[in-house]
Amino acid sequence: MTAVSVAAAGSRARSLPRLDRGIVVVVGLALILLYLAGYPLAMLFLGSFGVDGEIAKGFTLDHYATAYGSARTYELLGNSLVYAVGTALLALTLGTSLAWIVERTNTPLRRVFFGLVLVPIIVPGVVSTIAWIFLLSSRIGLLAKGYAALFGLEEAPFDVYSMPGMIWVEGLHLSPLVFLLMTAAFKNMDPSLEEASHMSGGTTLGTLRRVTLPLIAPTIASAALIMAIRGLESFEVPRLIGVPARINVFTADIFGALHAQTPDYGLAGALSMTLLVISILGILAYQRLTRTSERFATVTGKAFRPRVVDIGRWRYVASAGLVVYALLIIGLPFAVLVFVSALPFYAPDLTLLARASFDNYAKTIDATGVQRGAMNSVILGAISATLVTGLTAVIAWVITRTRVRGRGVLDVLAFVPITVPGLVLGVAMILQYLSPTFRVLPIYGTLWILMIAYLVRYMPYGMRANSATMLQLHKDLEEAGATAGASWWRTFRVVTLPLLRPALVASWLYIFIVSVRELGASVLLTNQSTTVLAVTIFEAYEVGSYGKVASLSVMLIIALIAVVAVVQRVSSRFGIRE
Amino acid sequence: MLAVEQLGKTYTTDRGGVRAVQEVSFTVEDGRFYTLLGPSGCGKTTTLRCIAGLERPETGSIRIGDKVVSGNGHFVPPHARDIGMVFQSYAIWPHMTVFENAAFPLEAMKPRPAKAEIKRLVEEALALVGLEGLESRPAPQLSGGQQQRLALARALVRKPRLLLLDEPLSNLDAKLRERMRIELRELQRRLAITTVYVTHDQGEALFLSHRVAVMQDGRIVQEGSPREIYRDPASGFAADFVGSATFVAGDVAEGGIRALGGLVRCSIPNDLKIGEKGLLVLRPENVMVRSAAEHRPNEFEGKLEIAAFLGDHLDCIVSIGDTLVRARAHPSVQLTRSQNVFVEFPLEHCVAMRDDGWRPRALQRTFEEDEA
Repeated sequence: MTAVSVAAAGSRARSLPRLDRGIVVVVGLALILLYLAGYPLAMLFLGSFGVDGEIAKGFTLDHYATAYGSARTYELLGNSLVYAVGTALLALTLGTSLAWIVERTNTPLRRVFFGLVLVPIIVPGVVSTIAWIFLLSSRIGLLAKGYAALFGLEEAPFDVYSMPGMIWVEGLHLSPLVFLLMTAAFKNMDPSLEEASHMSGGTTLGTLRRVTLPLIAPTIASAALIMAIRGLESFEVPRLIGVPARINVFTADIFGALHAQTPDYGLAGALSMTLLVISILGILAYQRLTRTSERFATVTGKAFRPRVVDIGRWRYVASAGLVVYALLIIGLPFAVLVFVSALPFYAPDLTLLARASFDNYAKTIDATGVQRGAMNSVILGAISATLVTGLTAVIAWVITRTRVRGRGVLDVLAFVPITVPGLVLGVAMILQYLSPTFRVLPIYGTLWILMIAYLVRYMPYGMRANSATMLQLHKDLEEAGATAGASWWRTFRVVTLPLLRPALVASWLYIFIVSVRELGASVLLTNQSTTVLAVTIFEAYEVGSYGKVASLSVMLIIALIAVVAVVQRVSSRFGIRE
Repeated sequence: MLAVEQLGKTYTTDRGGVRAVQEVSFTVEDGRFYTLLGPSGCGKTTTLRCIAGLERPETGSIRIGDKVVSGNGHFVPPHARDIGMVFQSYAIWPHMTVFENAAFPLEAMKPRPAKAEIKRLVEEALALVGLEGLESRPAPQLSGGQQQRLALARALVRKPRLLLLDEPLSNLDAKLRERMRIELRELQRRLAITTVYVTHDQGEALFLSHRVAVMQDGRIVQEGSPREIYRDPASGFAADFVGSATFVAGDVAEGGIRALGGLVRCSIPNDLKIGEKGLLVLRPENVMVRSAAEHRPNEFEGKLEIAAFLGDHLDCIVSIGDTLVRARAHPSVQLTRSQNVFVEFPLEHCVAMRDDGWRPRALQRTFEEDEA
């Protein structure tokens, strides 16, 4: 007995330092995350109660009084809700029906469609918004003018500068995301669940209604919620379409408060707080929903061959639908941008094509702002993609592979930024880094602040990708390295890293793309020397340089698609052989 | 030789439960095949992982050969232990070829053997498991059985002192499992490599092992040769886990135990006193079933509930009162369901033991355990 307890004491003394090292790592990571994600939000909260947005100057409730004392706020709230719900419904209807057509029917062309639908996910929101203005504006829109001319009308009966117009543009823009979510859901559904319904005498329609839809209902609901949140957070459409149409929503007003003659930081903070609270509630609801949907054991991770439904002659209709959709999300916006970029000046008049040239491209490439923006976008995109991927890979490893106490906190902290709309993050970081008392690092007006903003914004995406991969990577694969006589480092180098590489490359690429697309936070945090491409396009549009906007957009789209294609080609060569 | 002494390990699982290994001690002589047998959660895998160095035991010591690898403040990491291990999932690295997988342990050696030597050793190991000629095939293109062979080759390639196998056959289909079991036995006997094997399958344990340790709730409850374990189970649990059995429980009386509406005659060990709870465990092949009485000792009348034809025997379940008795009859015997039969417990197979309260799960009508 004594021998046993002596041995126990001995081994406990040995294992203590190990425990300490783990906790040091966790605490260190937690502090980094707190500084990155928690601190700006705290500054936002305090700033919204501070004189001039700074709590050090004194406490005040004025901003909330201004923000919520007027009837305008309730108009904002109403508009925001209609816009968000409308957007979600449109995106959901389009995305779900397309996913069903592509995954579950024998419609021709459906395989080609898969690659096409990914393109709009690469295109920045500011670009697609501007493209739709060029198409649907009743004053300058090519489609609107064409329609009016065709039917001999004074003006087209539709106009992008309206609530339906806003919902149309944003809903269309978000629909590919719904498509991806829903194809995954359809793909992971065990076809025998439907077959069992047929065996029990269910008809095709009855099966769809009583089995298929109820089974994917949780996924549909969570997709609807996440789209509504995305709609609420969106900045491009509210600013570029909503403001001229005098349909104001939260994001546009926050931007307005900061871009007034004298920027009102406190008011921007108070408005941001509301948006933040709504967004947090939405994310919490979303998590509850997905948790219930996980309880439905339809998603087993097993690869099923989904059952294909023969929809008879309807498949040609469905095919036509796919073509029309592809035209709407890629064909028309890209074509109108090319059209505008070729004209010496913009007017909705096809005869101007006689004077088409590449002059706009030459001028745009030569512009110093553009060159600087391109340079900054590439540098920032590459650095933040690398940092996010690296940091979240380490955190995901600690969470999935170690048993250090408190590691769960890291998961929560790294996930928090998902609730923060880009614009709100921008406001929070302005409040933090403009405050001489609280800023910690004097980086306002430098590229560093943008780098931190992207790091914070896209950390949750990196987290999700990396922890999913590490969970899938069976622990045995690493332990087999150890029992085969390889040191930790050798196992990491020869086994773990090569197996993770495809996922790391994919996560890097995704974060690079979304960083280059980012506008909400960038538009608040850049200045002339730290501008990025998305902001350059936004500003060029606001001053009416349509030729520059269009040519730059066309080049950006081509460049981003090229980056995706090249990286995928290269990574598949070095990737896993499966 | 492997010596495990007073091994203790506690940890909380992801679901919050506590799993533990307590005071586990055993020795495996050189060249022997030793099996840890028990239901899931009994601590067998944790014990194996402690031997591999994948878990740190809190108490006790582990010795491989004359080298203490764990204990007394000493902990040798897995890669510095002279072992080979096969995982339940095989853990074949999907980004490597067959050759690369098998060569990995050699390439991690210091000093690293020459290229030609590595090639020779890998080919030797692959030939050992019947995978010759597949060297350049990418690992994901192997079938389940081939992956399992490759895992074995990888574990053997550097000729370790100790081979650890964690339920290696459980993911194979029945036919393949049977074949691999034969091959594994022959391979181990031929190489005479000291082996520790973990399984919940009693058939595998009996078939493969020189010695078997039955584990329950983190402890070894019985250790012995397959024959001893099967014939003389130390407890109701051990009897139930290693093969099917009929349990006859009752108060100990003079010359037997009171059960089945009378006295079941059996020998009573010295430590069991009259009036205490006793248990008689009978293997089905030791129970006779007849349609007519022969008036022999320990003969009881009952009703035939089930008589299932299994080719080489009839699997019978007979109810005597509310006790269910399992018996095995010759396939030529004509028996029909619901008829009255006579069951005999031959005296030479009747030895009582202390009743530990365990009852065979196969005959219970509630399935709480399965649902838990």
